[in-house]
Amino acid sequence: MSAAATLPLQIPPTAHKLRSTATGEPAWVRWTLIALALVFLALFLFLPLATVFYEALRKGTGVYLNALREEDALSAIRLTLIAAAISVPANLVFGIAAAWAIAKFEFRGKSILITLIDLPFAVSPVISGLIYVLLFGAQGWFGSWLQAHDLRIIFAVPGIVLATVFVTFPFVARELIPLMQAQGNDEEEAAIVLGASGWQTLWRVTLPNAKWGLLYGVILCNARAMGEFGAVSVVSGHIRGMTNTLPLHVEILYNEYNFAAAFAVASLLALLALITLGLKSLVEWRAGAQADTDLPQERPAS
Amino acid sequence: MNRKFLTALVAVLTLFVAATAGADTTLLNVSYDPTRELYQDFNAAFAKYWKAKTGEAVSIKVSHGGSGKQARAVIDGLEADVVTLALAYDIDAIAENAKLLPADWQKRLPHNASPYTSTIVFLVRKGNPKGIKDWGDLVKPGTVVITPNPKTSGGARWNYLAAWAFALKQPGGNEAKAKEFVAKVLANVPVLDSGARGSTTTFVERGLGDVLLAWENEAYLAVKELGPDKFEIVMPSLSILAEPPVSIVDKVVDKRGTRKVAQAYLEYLYTPEGQEIAARNYYRPIDKKVAAAHAKQFAKVKLITVDEVFGGWTKAQKTHFDDGGTFDQIYAPSR
Repeated sequence: MSAAATLPLQIPPTAHKLRSTATGEPAWVRWTLIALALVFLALFLFLPLATVFYEALRKGTGVYLNALREEDALSAIRLTLIAAAISVPANLVFGIAAAWAIAKFEFRGKSILITLIDLPFAVSPVISGLIYVLLFGAQGWFGSWLQAHDLRIIFAVPGIVLATVFVTFPFVARELIPLMQAQGNDEEEAAIVLGASGWQTLWRVTLPNAKWGLLYGVILCNARAMGEFGAVSVVSGHIRGMTNTLPLHVEILYNEYNFAAAFAVASLLALLALITLGLKSLVEWRAGAQADTDLPQERPAS
Repeated sequence: MNRKFLTALVAVLTLFVAATAGADTTLLNVSYDPTRELYQDFNAAFAKYWKAKTGEAVSIKVSHGGSGKQARAVIDGLEADVVTLALAYDIDAIAENAKLLPADWQKRLPHNASPYTSTIVFLVRKGNPKGIKDWGDLVKPGTVVITPNPKTSGGARWNYLAAWAFALKQPGGNEAKAKEFVAKVLANVPVLDSGARGSTTTFVERGLGDVLLAWENEAYLAVKELGPDKFEIVMPSLSILAEPPVSIVDKVVDKRGTRKVAQAYLEYLYTPEGQEIAARNYYRPIDKKVAAAHAKQFAKVKLITVDEVFGGWTKAQKTHFDDGGTFDQIYAPSR
């Protein structure tokens, strides 16, 4: 998916004309399909998104701003930022390491490793939270040891960070692996033949080649880290002002009949989604532009 | 780029630490679902009272959810200084499974450690289109009943037992008939939410169902918050006296050094000020004077107790809600 997205095929101007005659569908079929897709988008994407902002601002900007300035909301924002600030870099390091190992080397158990990386995508977020309760809860495996040393993991910030790291684990690796595999080992081999060390090869060859895929993975990972609900809900304990992240805060406000404030906080998350989408398109566009200028220059040289 | 990032991370963390180091003492009150508004008022009043009395600033954090779920979280290590749950059994569970407080916790505060009581009422849509007057109307075909899941919600267990007691008290009523009656009520329930507030939202926001079995305070609050032109409260001929108990969690307060303020917090619930706040939030006060002042607000209704009909919570829990209990026998989900 990402390989196609980050390295879009350049369609020559003539291909456009060729394609429209080649598909051969009557005009009404094409227009119906397009209309259907647009109606679907409007109903299921734009309308709900617009509702969030409409509901948030319905009682005026004063109410809106107060909902965001409120102490519990601020602490929810802070906690969400902390969770993202820890899980995204952790992911970055892990993702690069895993992708590098998987794409550039052959070793035993490689397919098992790939499957394991996908595990957090496969299990329900509730399970992701529960495993930490079972491990670190007071009745869990490490519970009594943790209590004896007065360490708190679940129902505290570390648990929320752990749960977030777990659910966002695959993002960067998943973006990088196909990209690095497609790029192959040629350039690395050339670098090593020319006398570069392993680190030099990584910093000067592998990472620059993969940077757009990397950025794309980081953006997706960040969006998920800030938006995660299920796993975090299980380990949070829902203490206002202490272990509430933004998505949990939205639920609490909604359950307290505080709809304007709930939608105000939800609009923050929606904004985050819009920014993420914007950044994602930007990265795709830059990566496309890069590929266009890079490829013709590099091809003759290699 | 790496160094910049690290600086940013440190800045964020410092911000966090600085912000949490604000108040002198913090208390965590782990409560059940419909007490959100009550403790919001009460915490503010108590913080003021404590500041005036001792000069100490105290900030009270709260966590809300289905009563059974909250007890589970405390057992799993949620560090509650005080628990204010929907029924004694949930606090018993904490005493039994995690040994965080003594088994006789309920003897330590007056009135079975329940500073306020409540009961179960029906919330119906304006004009009562289905003509629901009493428990018997809930089993009519086509009546959609909303109640939370007795496995996780305290309120749901009160609902369940109230329905059971009603059938038992009918002429010729016995255990078998009561079981059949409650099974018929449950057959009219399309969805069991995990907490009372979830059920209220299902009923009032999603517009599902003809009648919501709700805490009296929850029903009043829904009418107040969402408009008397949309809902009305129906008092059944018989209901149950619900005694939501409170307790400090000994191991936690001793570890955190908060026993004194936690104890004062719970005792403040019994003062006229605390009782007044409870009454204002539609909980039935136990203080005679405050109760008299708010008498108009609470309909007189025949209230049975868990002790007289079910032989206490431990027995009721075992017979009805533990694995293999009557609830498991009669509830067939997602038909």
